Amino acid sequence: MSIRVLVAKVGLDGHDRGAKVIARALRDAGMEVIYTGLQQTPDMIAEAALQEDVQIVGLSILSGAHMTLVPRVLESLKNHELDDVKVIVGGIIPADDVDKLKAIGVKGVFGPGSKTDEIITFIREQVADANA
Amino acid sequence: MLDDLRNGNRRTLARAITQVENRTPAALELLNTLYPYTGNAYLIGVTGAPGTGKSTLVNALTKHIRTQHKTVGIIAVDPTSPFSGGAVLGDRIRMQDLAGDSGIFIRSMASRGQLGGLAQTTADVVRVMDAAGFDYIIIETVGAGQNEVAIATIAYTVIVVDAPGLGDDIQAIKAGTLEIADILVVNKADRPGAENTVRALKTMLTLGHRQQYVAHHGRVMLHSAEAADIDTWEVPVLKTVALESKGMDELFTAIHKHRQHLQSTGQHEKRERQRLESELLDRLQHLLLERFLTEKVSPEQLDGLVRQIVIREIAPAQAASELIGS
Ligand SMILES: Nc1nc2c(ncn2[C@@H]2O[C@H](COP(=O)(O)OP(=O)(O)O)[C@@H](O)[C@H]2O)c(=O)[nH]1
Ligand SMILES: [Mg+2]
Repeated sequence: MSIRVLVAKVGLDGHDRGAKVIARALRDAGMEVIYTGLQQTPDMIAEAALQEDVQIVGLSILSGAHMTLVPRVLESLKNHELDDVKVIVGGIIPADDVDKLKAIGVKGVFGPGSKTDEIITFIREQVADANA
Repeated sequence: MLDDLRNGNRRTLARAITQVENRTPAALELLNTLYPYTGNAYLIGVTGAPGTGKSTLVNALTKHIRTQHKTVGIIAVDPTSPFSGGAVLGDRIRMQDLAGDSGIFIRSMASRGQLGGLAQTTADVVRVMDAAGFDYIIIETVGAGQNEVAIATIAYTVIVVDAPGLGDDIQAIKAGTLEIADILVVNKADRPGAENTVRALKTMLTLGHRQQYVAHHGRVMLHSAEAADIDTWEVPVLKTVALESKGMDELFTAIHKHRQHLQSTGQHEKRERQRLESELLDRLQHLLLERFLTEKVSPEQLDGLVRQIVIREIAPAQAASELIGS
């Protein structure tokens, strides 16, 4: 069974180079990556996660607006009854905020220095846990 | 599960598709129970080279269909990487306009390297969407050899998309792709060279003669049409600017005309019969082989025979006959 991951770029900042690098790395690790492009709203992300039946949603946020955007994505997922979908966040996120994000349900936070191998291993573990 | 599916539960639909893709035992059972509720959607295939604007076209066409209050299911197939088995599925990027509409359901699918199997899996995913009640189901695949022939066997109307500026004279259309087109679209008509592409395609159409494919599981049979069976449909060549939703009215009209043509000439029924007969025979072949190998032949026996074939002691065909006879 393939691992399916939605990679989405939230917020208004304009480039998606980082998100694309991650998408390709996950593909090279054998995952099916649904890539949705720039400027996704929380509802668009939840809707895509539902239709694509992904186990993981990876959010890329560079705008600094993570403390407003991530809770909205989590809420929208909940409204779509997708509580079991696991959310990870990539971006430049201060340590304080990392703790806050984890407290509201984000499973993993990956800064700019993170190795793709680390992210891949984390996703595999999360999916294995869910299937266990 | 079937009730939820038919009542429009989108989560159930999404999960059912995953099951079907993974060919789980639950999926096989679901496919059997939902089968009586299929056959109502109209199936449209969209194929062509990468970058011609297929996803953008599906987006624009779907918006057009929605103005008539018909619902649309979309299956966008992209190739699986042969090296890793993974895939980046990016067709949704071009379909953002369709977000937030409960009359639309988009599913991205990786080809998972199943040459013939892709046709069967896609056909099964189509059946799940069909039973869920969508009026139209659009299947987008990259035209790269066997896949597009596989769509032709599933879709009732096949749209082949080309665009100017992709290749040399004879654009990106490959031999074999042209034959399966019921409608040819030159997209990106806002770009220079569109007229040339149209002209080139029309010339190719007059040169080639249409063939009729019937296939399943990648096994393609070319029916050389008998006199009474020759499909009289004239393939139109249409220009579109998908990015600006231009030409969708004409495209949808052409789809509708083709649909009426299939109905009025009896082709629809005939093709459906051939498709289903071919599927039945394929499945039978598969089951018989499986049963035979588990019940009648031990792995050692098979191994011994292969060894005899390798050292030229017995011919493969003879070995097969002897096994059946034994
Ligand atoms: N100029 C122009 N560009 C288009 C048109 N339709 C699509 N495109 C662009 O062509 C590129 C590929 O489009 P896409 O729909 O992803 O093509 P696909 O690979 O065939 O699905 C994108 O950058 C689109 O914005 C069009 O009508 N005119
Ligand atoms: Mg596409």
